[in-house]
Amino acid sequence: MTPPQRQRRTPGQGTPAQPAAPARKEGEGGNPERLYVVAGPDGERADIDLVTLIVARSPDLPPSATPEQAALLRLCVAPLSVAELSAYLSLPFSVVTVLITELLTAELVQARSPIVRKALPDRSLLEAVMHGLQRL
Amino acid sequence: MDFNGSDTIPGPRAEDQLPHTAQSAVKIVIVGGFGVGKTTMVGSVSEIKPLTTEETMTQAGIGVDDNYGSASKTATTVAMDFGRIRITDELVLYLFGTPGQERFWFLWNGLFEGALGAVVLVDTRRLEVSFDVMGRLEERGVPFVVAVNSFPDAPRYPVADLRAALDLSEVIPIVECDVRRRASSRDVLMTLMRFLHSLAMTGSLT
Repeated sequence: MTPPQRQRRTPGQGTPAQPAAPARKEGEGGNPERLYVVAGPDGERADIDLVTLIVARSPDLPPSATPEQAALLRLCVAPLSVAELSAYLSLPFSVVTVLITELLTAELVQARSPIVRKALPDRSLLEAVMHGLQRL
Repeated sequence: MDFNGSDTIPGPRAEDQLPHTAQSAVKIVIVGGFGVGKTTMVGSVSEIKPLTTEETMTQAGIGVDDNYGSASKTATTVAMDFGRIRITDELVLYLFGTPGQERFWFLWNGLFEGALGAVVLVDTRRLEVSFDVMGRLEERGVPFVVAVNSFPDAPRYPVADLRAALDLSEVIPIVECDVRRRASSRDVLMTLMRFLHSLAMTGSLT
C-alpha cells in the first residue's frame, strides 16, 4: 500500500504577498470599532507576544481603573501569560494586548518578554527545557 | 462579559499560579489536520487544565479568503487551545494546539514567530491533511518533527516510506506516539528538543 505523496517547500516559497504578514496597526483595515470601545481611542499596541508574562506592579487597584483594567490587574497579581489573560477574560488576544499596552503606559503592570527562537537557538535554553520535560 | 462584576472572574487556581520568579516563557506549536489529536496532546502533557484563547480575524487579516475583495467586512474567530509546563522557577513552556481551519493559524500574528519549533501530528489514514501545514512551516523556516499518532485501525508504513511520502530530509525525526499518554506526548516534545539542539550544534535548518 502506497501513501499519498507530498512535495517539500522551501523558505519564502509559495503564498505570494500574504496581505496579513505586516502587523496591522490600530485603525487600519480590520475591525476597529470593537477595540475602540474596550481600549480607548489612541492606539499603538506594545510588542506583546502570546507568551509575554504580565505581572501587576502593585496588588492595589488604582481608583481610575476601568472594569476591564481592574479585572486584568486582579488576574496578574502573579505572573500570567497574555494567552492566559485572554482565556480568563474571554477577550480576543488583540483586545487584551491593547488593554495591556494601556496598563504598561500607566506603569501598572510589568511585561516579561518571551525568549524567542533566533537563527541559532540558545543551547543552554534548550537543555533547560529538556531537563524540565524529563521531570514530567 | 460584564466587567462590572470583574472581581468574580475566576483566575488560575492557587496551585496553578506561577511563582513571582517566573521571568520568561517559550512556546511550541502543535499542528496537523483536523482530528489528529492536537488538543489531546496539549491536554495530556499540560500541568494546567487546557485553556482556550481566541483571535478575531477580519477580512483584511484573512486576505486569502474566498470573499477577499468584496465590500463587506467579515470577521472570523479563530480559537486555540493551550497548556503550560513549568520548566524551572524562572522558565515556563507553553504548548499551543488548535482545532481545525489551519489556514488561519498562520495569519495569527505572533503564533509561530519566536516559537522554538513545532510538532506536526499525522494520522496515516489521512496523511494528506497534514501536507499543507508542513509546507507552511517550511516556508516560514519553523523547525518541526513529525509525530505519527497511532490509531489502532490506521495503516502502518515503514518510516522510510513515510519519509519518502512526506518528502522529508533525513535529519527530520519521525516518531510514533499515542497522544493520550502523557509519557508518549512528553517523548515527542523531547524528540523536538533534541532535534532543535542538534540544529543549534550544526547551526543549520536543513
